[in-house]
Amino acid sequence: MEYFLALVKKPDNVPILAILFLIPYFIWLAYKQARQTDRTGVPSDAALNDKVYVWPYLCRNEFVCAIIVMLVLGVWSIMIDAPLEEPSDPAKTPNPSKAPWYFLALQEMLVYFDPWIAGVVLPGFIIAGLIAIPYIDINPKGKGYYTIKERPFALAVFCFGFIILWIVLMIVGTFLRGPGWNIFMPWQYWDPHKIVPLTNVNLSYLFGIRDDTTANFFGFAIVAGYFALGPIFYFWKYKTSRFLQELGLVRYVIVSFLFLSMVALPIKMILRLALNIKYVWVSPWFNI
Amino acid sequence: MNEERKGLKEKITNSDIWKSIFRHGYEKTGRRYTLQVLQNVWLHLHPPRISRHALNFRFTWCMGGITFLMFLVTAVTGVLLMFYYRPVAEYAFSDVQALEFDIPFGMLLRNMHRWAAHGMVISVMLHMFRVFLTGSYKKPREFNWAVGVILLLITFFLSFTGYLLPWDQLAYWAVTVGTNMARATPVLGHEGPFTPTDIVTQANDVRFALLGGTIVGPSTLLRFYILHCIAVPLVASLLMALHFWRVRKDGGISGPL
Repeated sequence: MEYFLALVKKPDNVPILAILFLIPYFIWLAYKQARQTDRTGVPSDAALNDKVYVWPYLCRNEFVCAIIVMLVLGVWSIMIDAPLEEPSDPAKTPNPSKAPWYFLALQEMLVYFDPWIAGVVLPGFIIAGLIAIPYIDINPKGKGYYTIKERPFALAVFCFGFIILWIVLMIVGTFLRGPGWNIFMPWQYWDPHKIVPLTNVNLSYLFGIRDDTTANFFGFAIVAGYFALGPIFYFWKYKTSRFLQELGLVRYVIVSFLFLSMVALPIKMILRLALNIKYVWVSPWFNI
Repeated sequence: MNEERKGLKEKITNSDIWKSIFRHGYEKTGRRYTLQVLQNVWLHLHPPRISRHALNFRFTWCMGGITFLMFLVTAVTGVLLMFYYRPVAEYAFSDVQALEFDIPFGMLLRNMHRWAAHGMVISVMLHMFRVFLTGSYKKPREFNWAVGVILLLITFFLSFTGYLLPWDQLAYWAVTVGTNMARATPVLGHEGPFTPTDIVTQANDVRFALLGGTIVGPSTLLRFYILHCIAVPLVASLLMALHFWRVRKDGGISGPL
């Protein structure tokens, strides 16, 4: 327990504690308003034309908000000192070495993927995917108000990515990762000599393939087949789905590729945790 | 006495000097409320009037504004910190120690800078969350969402470059872990897939460009300092100006139209 308490008390982890309260609060706030909109309908135009002067009404709000935030920041700054550890020493690696808290979801991905995917390719997809959102989400509804009914898919995907894959992984990385980047529950002793048997095998090995070349083709087939699920679904449903017809092939390919890439992370996590799978695709150039 | 004071007040507010500075009076009219915003450089990014729901905290969460406020706090405290800090490996750590123990209010200054930076990371994430939940990225605000995503990355990068500057174990190894990712960049990192290893080596790959060396060292400290204090804030300011401008030009804060 003392190790966990030491983590909680680390001044740099205060933001995470704040997030533990802020995220549920704002989810609740948004959910309440969404439920209300879904029940009573979108506010009418009449309410919209109700305009107020920025000065004094908005400026007053901004001023009060700024004062409250500055008060919180002031109290925070007086109560809790910024951390300063021993002078840097390239020869003395701390165990565990953790990135700043807002990158811990990325560091957590390193457990399941090689650095080139977890550290470069997937973050690149996150950025590209975020920027692409307005261009691939062609649903004109749900603009400027909270709703669930009118855009369930968009909300589900984004909330899964943001809350589960970003916030929760960040919290896991902060509070549950100890020496050797092993999982330690809050009540556990941080044993730097903890031995975790590395019994992971590649997926091809599990299927009885021992030859490298065959394993390479097998892995390629699995990964290619996984990403082909998108186009297959498209041609299967195209005739009957108005939505797919409106979305168009190009947008659909981008949506399905980004979606499958995102879902690949939890899939790999489950494969690793449940079946001890190391890699799905082992090739001479890279491993996935 | 009262009459006298009133006369004096009118004399002052009617003088040429006063009128050259303040373009409007303080009467409670719509005209003055409009002028107050239009003729003030700090407020003129606001429209004179907005729809009532934009005042509603439950709708806006205030997170964009808080992010900007946090940026301003870090800018002011950051400039003050720069007076006491030298980005040289020999001095950096002891300068931070001096801030803590010798300089009046140095600790408070450093605390405010660090916590405002952390606060900014939280508020910018919540801001993005709110903008998504209200569908505010939809037409015509697509481009501004893209600018916002870049600003989110810039916020992370600002915080990350600042993380190294105290030059203690925490800073050193957090940045080492963070920048180690760059090794594995496909083609451009010396440990990445598809890298021509006879051309791209540890001493000329993308990580080397970021660190100015093969490990986090004195030149990294200088690089991160310049990125943190000059280069990235400049880009951030420009993009923020663009972001706020576009909020206004894309029809103000989104609402159910």
